Amino acid sequence: MRMSKIVRTGACILYPLIIIFGLYVVVHGHLTPGGGFQGGAVIATAAALVLVAFSHREVAGMVRKAVFSAQESLGLLLFIGAGILGLLAGAPFFANILANSGLLFGLTVPPGPNPGELNTAGVIPLMNIAVGVEVWGGLAIILMYLFSATGGEGT
Amino acid sequence: MIGLLIQVAVIGGLIASAILVFFFRDLLAAALAAGFFSFLVSLEFYILQAPDVAISQAAIGAGLTTAIFIIAIRATTRFEGETP
Repeated sequence: MRMSKIVRTGACILYPLIIIFGLYVVVHGHLTPGGGFQGGAVIATAAALVLVAFSHREVAGMVRKAVFSAQESLGLLLFIGAGILGLLAGAPFFANILANSGLLFGLTVPPGPNPGELNTAGVIPLMNIAVGVEVWGGLAIILMYLFSATGGEGT
Repeated sequence: MIGLLIQVAVIGGLIASAILVFFFRDLLAAALAAGFFSFLVSLEFYILQAPDVAISQAAIGAGLTTAIFIIAIRATTRFEGETP
């Protein structure tokens, strides 16, 4: 069942916008509603959109499953690395050593009502990014395997 | 008062789309009605001031589940009662 030209063009237009919104939800996880899992699920929705709109042969020509598999492992390694970062500094496991340190994500939260400073909260944004990358890869590879098992053809 | 009307409209839409899922014989239309049900559930979560859950529901329920249903319908039959 080949999708119509309207569906394929709409998927091409919507795909980058969905990915940008998902990355926004991931990176602003410590300021706004959402976080790593929600943002990763939003990005995986973009992968699902492309998988539904195009045939299996076209999608297999765009990306390989090994990319998503590596991405899932990379997310898990980043999360454990963010935990071990505390051990390396002599603090307990998962200690938030980057907060208020002036380094990456290290600014102090300004007092009073404010729109939210992105460069705060220490290792929590790093964990959000790790979970986002991991959920993106995991859900996308589930969809890829489901799609290749059906052969991408049928009625 | 406006909030109550919106909630009644959302719940009415939920019941209507659930009944439509039951009565559709075209499975693609039934899958899309289930996706619309999930979208209304996420709207209800947002009205009840749980935007975190609403984002999850919109992405997983309305996006991924509908896509998985559509992929499954592509591999089998589109109408209920057909043999693949």
